[in-house]
Amino acid sequence: MHVMAGEKSFFDEMYDEAGAPRQPFHIYEQWFAEQEPAKLLKKAADAEDLFRKTGITFAVYGQEDAEERLIPFDIVPRIISAQEWARLSRGIEQRVRAINAFLHDIYHRQEIIRAGRLPEHMVSRNAAFLDKMIGFTPPGGVYSHIIGVDLVRTGPNEFYALEDNARTPSGVSYMLENRETMMSMFPELFSQIKVRQVSDYPKRLRRSLAASAPRKCEGDPVVAVLTPGIFNSAYFEHAFLADQMGAELVEGHDLQIVGGRVAMRTTQGYRPIDVLYRRLDDDYLDPLTFRPDSALGVPGIMDIYMSGGITIANAPGSGIADDKAIYSYIPDIVRFYMGEEPILQNVPTWRCSEPDSLAYVLDNLAELVVKEVHGSGGYGMLVGPAASKRELAAFAVKLKRQPANYIAQPTLALSTVPILTKKGLSPRHVDLRPFVLVSPDKIEITPGGLTRVALKQGSLVVNSSQGGGTKDSWVLED
Amino acid sequence: MPTLGKTAGGLFWMFRYLERSENLARLIEAGLRISLTRGGAAGEEWRSIILTAGLTAAYEESGGEYVGPQVVNFLLRDKSHGCSVLCMIEKARDNGRVVRTAITREVWEATNETYIMARTMLGRPVREADLPDILAAIRRHSALVRGALHGTMLRNDIYNFARLGTFLERADNSARILDVKYYLLLPSIAHVGSLIDHSQWDTVLRSLSALHSFRWLYPGESKPIDIARFLILDGRFPRSITFCIRKIHENLYWLEKEYGERLASQNLSQQLLEQIEHASIERIFEGGLHEFLQSFTIQNQQLAQQIETDYRFSG
Repeated sequence: MHVMAGEKSFFDEMYDEAGAPRQPFHIYEQWFAEQEPAKLLKKAADAEDLFRKTGITFAVYGQEDAEERLIPFDIVPRIISAQEWARLSRGIEQRVRAINAFLHDIYHRQEIIRAGRLPEHMVSRNAAFLDKMIGFTPPGGVYSHIIGVDLVRTGPNEFYALEDNARTPSGVSYMLENRETMMSMFPELFSQIKVRQVSDYPKRLRRSLAASAPRKCEGDPVVAVLTPGIFNSAYFEHAFLADQMGAELVEGHDLQIVGGRVAMRTTQGYRPIDVLYRRLDDDYLDPLTFRPDSALGVPGIMDIYMSGGITIANAPGSGIADDKAIYSYIPDIVRFYMGEEPILQNVPTWRCSEPDSLAYVLDNLAELVVKEVHGSGGYGMLVGPAASKRELAAFAVKLKRQPANYIAQPTLALSTVPILTKKGLSPRHVDLRPFVLVSPDKIEITPGGLTRVALKQGSLVVNSSQGGGTKDSWVLED
Repeated sequence: MPTLGKTAGGLFWMFRYLERSENLARLIEAGLRISLTRGGAAGEEWRSIILTAGLTAAYEESGGEYVGPQVVNFLLRDKSHGCSVLCMIEKARDNGRVVRTAITREVWEATNETYIMARTMLGRPVREADLPDILAAIRRHSALVRGALHGTMLRNDIYNFARLGTFLERADNSARILDVKYYLLLPSIAHVGSLIDHSQWDTVLRSLSALHSFRWLYPGESKPIDIARFLILDGRFPRSITFCIRKIHENLYWLEKEYGERLASQNLSQQLLEQIEHASIERIFEGGLHEFLQSFTIQNQQLAQQIETDYRFSG
């Protein structure tokens, strides 16, 4: 599945129209020109061996018995200037603040609905809205502790926020490992170019989680990462973060309610946990409250949560904020809670639940990207320009059957950054997922984030499950 | 930071599986040697290796014959019985993933590389010509994991759980190997006129990597009683039963000290230690070598189970 470039022109982040390197890439470009191509290709192969050795692999869903796979890594960095980043991070912070304010509001007074800025049914009939959370305020007032905002760029100053991953955004381990790999392969680049560091993310994550400790916490908060287990596609990341944070890595069967607290079974008995960074969807968290067949969660954890015995990050019910149907309201949400115009643009979105929009989407299917409202990871999505006639027809049938399940967006002219190929540099489309930490007292954004790159020429789909790779993302110091 | 029960169990099993895969590779090496030097006796040797591995029923069910290439592929890479070297390494690595936060990056990477090596080399049926390289690679990788463990891990409870897995497994392996071949070691007086081939003693020593050490200590003629004494009671040899029991006792002692609590495990290991320290090879032969080994294997298993209970490996 890929879209051929051709009719459109794309913004290249490294080279301008005249073929000269843009400002942030100046030094890198000079360095690159001095390198022997064969040696660079060798380094690229070394990087892959390094990743395989480290075990940064992921399992692909829907492929029984599939080997664990590596996400391909490209050695050409994506470089962002200090000014560009300053503006981006202001936009991200604004959006993240608004999202947390929105979550607090819809679980309390629902002012935004009263004000007529959001239809009531968008909340009440949303599967991600949890009745159980109504009237409850999480410890420290934080709902979404960790957010990954997906950004795409279409021009020198045009950035769009494509998705707000407010549940359990993944990929941060790649951000960290990509940097480690680049530093060990090209130390000379880091002495010539001042790149802002990302390696303190785990420390900040721990601090940020600990700052939201629950009422019943005594002493230094005990932090644990809850994973579905080694067969989960992101298990590497769960273990990686727990390891780097110095937190426990637990599964549901390690936990039990003991004395009004969620406690983990240690070699010396049960010990309470204060903050649980769960990498598990709401549905699986508590079989007593949600899916009764879930063996991954902890029976009774929601009651402990409600009584101030534990902090769950992100808070149950946060998912409604990154729901793709709510997405189209985010600019209004920013205006409503922040009293400001949004700094980051939203992509125009047709809600297929609305008859006029549905008609437009069906008429223009071949030009649009259609996504499932509750989907993620690029699964179940249609990229109109890349689809065959037959795929389009089949999708139209699905769309008509359950229009409320879908939203549609125009195909964006994603910017490109070159990757290294056997024939030299060649432009590929990219997006960017910066990682944001929210604690009661501050919001921190790690400079850079994860750049995902569509490795197939012309393709606009960057998801790793669909053949995407990653790049190290550099934010330059002033 | 407290250690999760699951983590302690994962470490214990990770190192049991690693030890078992290494020992199985060693057994195959000894078998290979016999088939190269004494073709006629090889069938018997392969049979006893399958028996030592506890896989007789599974092997005969699979319709296998006791010939080299079949046995070797069954033991190295067959997935149907879950006890091949490849399966063992996979299980060790799965446990390694579970306990990833408790081990150092070096230990994890060495384990992961062992797995990558095994999957690559054992992905297809093994040809006889490649066997020496494969067995050498397995031995080398085991040494890498062990080296990483020694060189980089904190000497705390985590280390002790890993070591307990190693030595409980090793003691069990040594006892099994001896038990399958015990008749070779019975006092020769009972076997006057029998056709026991003394070079088979070499095989026993070889399958425990003991040949060199034994010859160092006993440069003269090999006597079966010396071999038995060496493999059971010599505390200097790292695969002897006594060595393993002392190590187990030591690891449990450190756990007792770190946790400030003496449990049933420590009492059991104390008993085992006293038995073995007071044993003599003459008395063992008197009571029956086979009986001694059987009773030891059972006690060793009981101790393993007690450790699982005492340290809450599972809920």
